[in-house]
This record gives sequence, C-alpha cells and structure tokens, in this order.
Amino acid sequence: MYRYDTLDKEFLADRAAEFREQVGRRLAGEITEDQFKMIRLMNGLYLQLHAYMLRIAVPYGALNPTQMRALAQIGRKYDKGYGHFTTRTNLQFHWIKLADAPDILDALAAVDMHAIQTSGNCIRNTTADPFAGATAEEIDDPRVWSEAIRQWSSLHPEFSFLPRKFKVAITGSAKDRTAAKVHDIGLMMRRGRDGAFGFEVIVGGGLGRTPYVGPTINEFLPANRLFSYLEAVLRVYNRHGRRDNIYKARIKILVAALGAEEFARQVKEEWEKIGPAGDLPDTEIARIRGAFVPMDFDTLVNRSEAFEAAKAADPALARFARNNLREHKRPGYTIVEISLKAIGETPGDATSDQMDVVADLAERYGHGDIRVTHEQNLVLPHVKLDDLAAVHAGLKAVGLATPNVNLISDIIACPGLDYCALANARAIPIAQDIARTFADQDRAELIGELKIKISGCINACGHHHVGHIGILGVDKKGEEFYQLTLGGSGAEDAAVGSMLGPALPAGRVAGAIDTMVDVYLRERQDGERFLDTFRRTGVTPFKEAVYADAN
Amino acid sequence: MPTRIKLQDGEYRLVEDPFTTVGDDAGLPPGDVIISLTRFQTEGDQLLSEGRKVGVRLEPAEEVEALVYDLPRIALVAVVFPKYRDGRSYTAARLLRERYGFEREIRAVGEVLREQAGFMARVGIDAFSPADGSTPEDWARATHRQRHVYQRAADRRTPAFAERE
Repeated sequence: MYRYDTLDKEFLADRAAEFREQVGRRLAGEITEDQFKMIRLMNGLYLQLHAYMLRIAVPYGALNPTQMRALAQIGRKYDKGYGHFTTRTNLQFHWIKLADAPDILDALAAVDMHAIQTSGNCIRNTTADPFAGATAEEIDDPRVWSEAIRQWSSLHPEFSFLPRKFKVAITGSAKDRTAAKVHDIGLMMRRGRDGAFGFEVIVGGGLGRTPYVGPTINEFLPANRLFSYLEAVLRVYNRHGRRDNIYKARIKILVAALGAEEFARQVKEEWEKIGPAGDLPDTEIARIRGAFVPMDFDTLVNRSEAFEAAKAADPALARFARNNLREHKRPGYTIVEISLKAIGETPGDATSDQMDVVADLAERYGHGDIRVTHEQNLVLPHVKLDDLAAVHAGLKAVGLATPNVNLISDIIACPGLDYCALANARAIPIAQDIARTFADQDRAELIGELKIKISGCINACGHHHVGHIGILGVDKKGEEFYQLTLGGSGAEDAAVGSMLGPALPAGRVAGAIDTMVDVYLRERQDGERFLDTFRRTGVTPFKEAVYADAN
Repeated sequence: MPTRIKLQDGEYRLVEDPFTTVGDDAGLPPGDVIISLTRFQTEGDQLLSEGRKVGVRLEPAEEVEALVYDLPRIALVAVVFPKYRDGRSYTAARLLRERYGFEREIRAVGEVLREQAGFMARVGIDAFSPADGSTPEDWARATHRQRHVYQRAADRRTPAFAERE
C-alpha cells in the first residue's frame, strides 16, 4: 500500500471540510437541489431511485485492512450492513442519507480514502492489474504509476470539466486484467529495446452505446514522459471533444471521427509544445515507489506439504484451489481470488461482516494487502500456501469461499433497475437465475472459463459488450427483455461481442445460456474456451439452437 | 459603474469595471469595450487607433491561437463559460498564461460559480463576474480551500511534489 504523507492527508481533510460546508448550505435551504447537484456529483454522491448513493474511490483497487474495516463500519452505521463493489473497483453504498454524507467523508479521510472524482465529467479512478506486485508477469508495478495519476488528476485545474467522464487503466504486463483496451486511455507496460520501460498507449476504447476496442496511438511512450503525454491527450480532448450530445461526448467518438492516425498526430503536436515541463520529476516517481510498504517475503519452497495434505483431506479446499488461486512470483506463495458471486447472491455485494473477515485474513495471512478487481471480486495477493487452509476456512465461515472465479457463475452485473435511475431492466435477478442454473460445480468446472456480463441499460456499466456472453437489458413497451451478444472479451484479446438474435424475455435468458453451453460442449476442440469455440464456429450454431428452442 | 471581482496582489477585491461588453450588432459606446473575436478581427485596428482599451471575448469553440499575434494590443481576454460544465475555457486561459505569456486580465464570464473558483484561479483567470452572487470573500475562501495542489499550473502555486523536496 502507498502510505499517505501529511500533505496527502491534508488534501483529503480540506476537501471533506468543504463538502461539509456545502451540505450545510443545502440542508439550510441556501441552495437548491439543482445547484447542489454539481457539488454532490464532484463528491461521488448520486441521487438514485430510493436514496442517495455514495461511490467511494478505491484507487487502483488497493485497500489495506484498516480501510476495509472502515468501509465495513460505514456500511453498518450508515447503510444496511453491506456495500457493493463495482466494475470500476470502487465501493458503492446505496442507502445513504444526505445529512450523514459529511460524517462518512470524514470517516473515509481518517483512513486515507475519499469519494473525489467518482462521478462527474472528470478523470475517474484508475484501474490497475489486481495482481500488481504479486505476478511474475509484470514489467513494473502499475500501482506506482496509478498513484501518480491519482495525485496528478485530483482536482486538476484544466481537466475537471471535460466533455464527459474519463477513465484510465494500467496494466504492468502483457496480460490484461484491467480491460485496458475499452478504457478512454489504456496503458500497457512495455519493455523497450534498451531495457528501459514505457507504455503502449491505447486511446478511445469504450463501451456504452457505441462500443470500440481502442486503437494504439503510441507503440512506446517512455515512462518518464507519461504525464506530458496524458496532458496532451486530455487537452486535445478537452478542446475538441463533442459537447453537443452526451452520447457522443466520450473521447472514443473524437478518435473515431478524426481517425486514430490524425488524433495521434494532434496529440504528438501538442505533446511537443508541452515538452518535459509537463512531466513529473523522476524523484517524485521514486518517492511514490518508496512510499509503498515493502513486502518482506519469506524464502520458501514451491511445494507446501501442509497445503497438499489439507487439499487431499478436503475436496472443497481442493476445488477452491483449482479455481481461485493464481501463480505468485515467489515460491511458496499464491494469489487468492475471493469470489463475490455466491450462488443466488447479488454480484459484487459484500456484507460488513464479510469485509471485516477479509480484513482480518489479509492482516493475519496476507501482508495487509487487499485488491478489488474490475470483475467485482476481491484478491488477497500474497498468501503462503502453508496458510491456505486457514484462509479458506475463514472465508468459508462467512460464505466467501465460492470456488467459481472465471467460471460461468462468476457473473458481472450492474445494479440495474433494482437501484439505478438510468436502468431499463433488472440485472441482478438475471445473474442470480443463471448462477442457480449452473450451481453444479462439477458442471461449471467442466465448462471452464466463461465470462458472462450483464448491463441493465445501454450505458453498459456491466461491460456486456466484452462478455464472452453479454446480456443487455432493454425495455419493450414496459416489459424487460434481454439482448444477448457473444464473443466479446475485455482482456488482451479484446473484442466487442456480436448480436445473437432477437431479445429474449427474462424467463428465457438462463435457459438460452444453458442451450448455448450445450452447443459449446458439443463443438469444442482440444479444451478450447467457450470464447475460442465461438471464434472458430461463428454465431450460427448458437443462434440456431437458441431460436430453434423458441419455436 | 459596474464591478467585477479581481485578484490583485493575492487579494480578491470588488473593483470597478471600466469596460462595456458590446454585442456584435450593437453600436459602440465611447470608452473601453469588450468585443467578440470576430468583431475584433474586423474593427480592432480602428478601435485601438481611437486610443481606447479593447478586450476580446473568446467563446469556447474559438481557438486561442487566433489571438496570439494580437495579444500585445489586447487589454483583457474574457473567456466564456456558457455552462459551468463546459470546461474548454480552462484550457484557453492556461495556454494564454503559460504558452503565450499573456499577463493582463483574463476574466471569466458566463455561468461562473464559486465552486469553480479553485480551478479558475489555477489556470490563471484573475477576474470574475460570478453568476451566483458570490462575494470576493467567497472567492478568497474557495481558492484557498486546498492547502496543497498536485499539479503545476498557471498560478505558480508550488505543487505537492515540489513541496516534498
């Protein structure tokens, strides 16, 4: 974790004090709800269907146990005892009272957290690889750069009123666990010929109404020139992005209209004018790097006898180990993914008690490090194999040991019409339906990696375009229907899914997926994933099966 | 005489505004005027030769570069915020200060609210015609709210990374 210094803490304290005063003006009736809207949206406070929703930033998805406990406590004291982790790796509380919001922001500031820029047309929270600092694949730790971006973008004087919101993702390796290519800017760490590192810069990806996989506008940007380059991209966008139509205001529309080459040229021209004066000094990057708590890993062997014995004795642990563990860079350690997709529960929700247990486990067994993934799961990035049985038991006791990461029931869903004022249809009940259909863990493992993503409206918060199977809720004369897409991916092989056929009523979605899974199991070759089979066969066999059933 | 809030020697004050803002179709009153970029391009020479001070109103869609060669002759630039959401004029102001070295008044006009004060001051805007009835005291408070800033900008405040050195 990055340790805040006095200056970082004072920055948050000042901001929280300002918001308290603004809320006071609103509660006293000195300003109207309309005037207050601008203020609250700069502090992550949305007015939703039933109550205020507060979106708390979890910068680049990293939390320490103290922060997790503070979130749990806020959930208990000011909400209904739970929170919702989002596809932006943030945490939302959906049942907030306006009068409590200033106290919540103070409680957050006390543990170095905030809700700055979690809404509004500004630079939002950066997404980073949730395995940062733990995976052997990485060239450099993306958290260092993400923290530098967090600071640089906080209350940015020039870029706080952009045409539309702006999201950056950074991955430290060729493997992409951030959906970098469907962000406004995706930065993928690359090693240059001389060994120095830099970024491949992808601009203008996005989802929503007009999904795009972003084009690369710079194959290799030296890392120490990152901030002048970001400034150039943002300036071209701030000046020339469309402001006449909210649906055409994201940078992807500008990049598509100009063409990637022309956009890249304009950025380069601006970048040359800015020059190195726009960059952060190397000493500041070094300071940020040094402010991350160092990890003192033990020297271990790769095989843990304790873990092997526990697995042999407990099939549930063995199943968890097969599905929820990822390779750590150090022998004897593992990355543990905690699924927030228990069968029949709301994807991404965690109760305050669950948050406390994750905090305790992270503190006791996980070097005090917790991550949130854009797939709405949690990660303990540094766990000794020797401790795995204890961690698993701890998770299991609070219903967090669901062994389904990357499997068919590990479904991303936006809050949908159950909470959100923008939604056309519910997303959560569809996710629950599908999860129940595939509750048989043996079958789920047999199917293997299959990413289902559900959005309750075209704004695509559930990232349906990049689901191996995507589901989009639409409203047809007051009735909820669901449009299915196939073949999307948010990983390094990013692709936007293609439409299966006419939308289906809610009651037929899980059945249609079951049918498509049968087609896949029949067609698949050599252990290929659902996505690979689809890419080989195309949509036809799936379409025929689903709509044959309908007749 | 009308007034505007002006930043002078680090203090926000309500000061008299000798400039009259004149529309494109309106007749020209005597004295100092603020006119559109289009009008400046056709009538600017004439007005300046009459010995008056001329300010130019720059709309968000207009390129600040179009003004560059005239900057030494311009008394002030009024950057327009048609809606508080429209942030293009922050870039215009910052470029005027940082890239083109403009040192005279840059005035924010349009939907100018105290919530934007911190941002506006940082890009080098030093005169304000607020739309929300806010006072110089409100502006002083709003711009000094954050003890620290994370970026270099046109106001030359020391950014956090330099404070830390």
